[in-house]
Amino acid sequence: MSFKIASSPHHHNQRTTSSLMQWVALAALPGIAVQAVFFGYGVLVQLLLAICTAWLCEALILRLRQKAVLPRLLDHSALVTAVLLAIAIPPYAPWWLIVIGTAFAIVMVKQLYGGLGNNLFNPAMAAYVMLLISFPVQMTQWLPSVSLQPVALSPLDAFCMVFTEYSCSGFSLSQLQQGIDGSTQATPLDSLRQDLAAGMTLAESLQRPVFYSFAGAGWLWVNLAYLLGGLLLIQQKVISWRIPAAVLAGLAVPSLLFWLGSAGASPSPLFHLFSGATMLAAFFIATDPVSASTTDKGRLWYGALIGLLVYLIRSYGGYPDAFAFAVLLANMSVPLIDYYTRPRTYGHKAKRDLK
Amino acid sequence: MSQFKELSLQGLWKNNPGLVQLLGLCPLLAVTGTLTNALGLGLATLLVLLGSNIVVSLVRQHVPNEIRIPIFVLIIASFVTVVQLLMNAFTFGLYQSLGIFIPLIVTNCAIIGRAEAFASKNPVLPSAIDALMMGLGFLLVLLVLGGMRELLGQGTLFDGAELLLGDWARVLRIEVFHSDNHFLLAMLPPGAFIGMGLLIALKNSIDQRLAKRQIIEKGSIARARVTGSVQ
Repeated sequence: MSFKIASSPHHHNQRTTSSLMQWVALAALPGIAVQAVFFGYGVLVQLLLAICTAWLCEALILRLRQKAVLPRLLDHSALVTAVLLAIAIPPYAPWWLIVIGTAFAIVMVKQLYGGLGNNLFNPAMAAYVMLLISFPVQMTQWLPSVSLQPVALSPLDAFCMVFTEYSCSGFSLSQLQQGIDGSTQATPLDSLRQDLAAGMTLAESLQRPVFYSFAGAGWLWVNLAYLLGGLLLIQQKVISWRIPAAVLAGLAVPSLLFWLGSAGASPSPLFHLFSGATMLAAFFIATDPVSASTTDKGRLWYGALIGLLVYLIRSYGGYPDAFAFAVLLANMSVPLIDYYTRPRTYGHKAKRDLK
Repeated sequence: MSQFKELSLQGLWKNNPGLVQLLGLCPLLAVTGTLTNALGLGLATLLVLLGSNIVVSLVRQHVPNEIRIPIFVLIIASFVTVVQLLMNAFTFGLYQSLGIFIPLIVTNCAIIGRAEAFASKNPVLPSAIDALMMGLGFLLVLLVLGGMRELLGQGTLFDGAELLLGDWARVLRIEVFHSDNHFLLAMLPPGAFIGMGLLIALKNSIDQRLAKRQIIEKGSIARARVTGSVQ
């Protein structure tokens, strides 16, 4: 029989980093599966490439830094970074994109800052932004959901697309992006943006085939699957409910106000919540334990800031979706948020009582 | 001779304006998108530095201490104007691609720094050598950074060398790998910052390694104090 002697706080649930990270990766599985079904098998190829690159880079840098390689590889943090980045980029992006991105995430954003626990920024999102500004064309080539694709792509085609930029039967990505009528099909968020900018009303824009009732075709299910995984993480106490709830509220409240104000020109809160990367980002990306705020009150502010920024950039900014930018900007404000939301220590009075 | 050696070592390595003094970072980061631009700006800076150091050193006995800085700036500005007009006349393409960064050489702290710290206190010859070595040190950093960024950004080296060196220099262009997709991060300012950080890290790690080797060669023994305090 062993008696553990540990100082406070006395957590009963002694979770290791490794098991936390494993849970995050596992909870992303339903979302990945749905994404593969609706948007093609490319995402699986990207995952494979990303995970291999992440492990390789992590091992290499740990070697250079003269740290023990295996324990740090087995904490699965590199795996989670790789998974998040692979899900976030377009599924049929060329292979070098994900390799460069993952290497940047692990080497520059994580290890150069001192490894797990020391990085200021979320590695996956910093790499996403790096890729987005470096390779804007490749990073925005999303195919519509499988039912709208003119040519059915097999798993083998996914390999061909990622490695040669052409499917096995010789179609290029931009050919596949076109609908049956020959017009390029953008993602739901992007087409809505363009339509609203062109003076169409919301109802007119939603007639397009890329939409499915109130959200994008396929995107609704992807978001629901990530929501499911996220709820599982909350139930398992891997993440706290505060950040996701605040992110979703930060996005839903302003969109509700604008929707009530001008229903014809701004999409409903439900559209915002179930389009793009909302659920993935709220539950899996914004909750990164290292770069997010650490106090309870601070987490609410941090999440709300992300949600609000996403709403602002989606509605008025230059990009259709903005979780990467929002998360990075919120990461920058984390030291400030943490400073102003320090919890009251037991036995001390709150500041306002002292006055 | 030992002075020459010491000055070279200071300028090229120990006290390199780019990597150690971190002076003149604005042009260093802004124009090192390609090797040719880096070479052009590095040469221009080198010429200005050489001229200003020599002149400052020549007039150092006659300059009142209170107004030395404006006088140094005037001298530097005259040389920058000379270089700018020369580049306008002979390397017009490069002149256009460097743009505002040629006149901005006036504000390069590395130059006024050398005038103030070295040339105003030393005779002409050491000042000239100092300027040459500091300029070369700056030029080398520019070249390495420019080469790195050009290689990563567009996969070439010496792209557009004919702008600086005349038409024969087209043969200098090396295409290391062909890519339709330019790696914009390397070509944009963030890439310059990251590359600069990596270069500084490399220099520091080389220095550390050298220091370690020196200790081993000297055979010094590190003592570990186990009891008591320092008397």
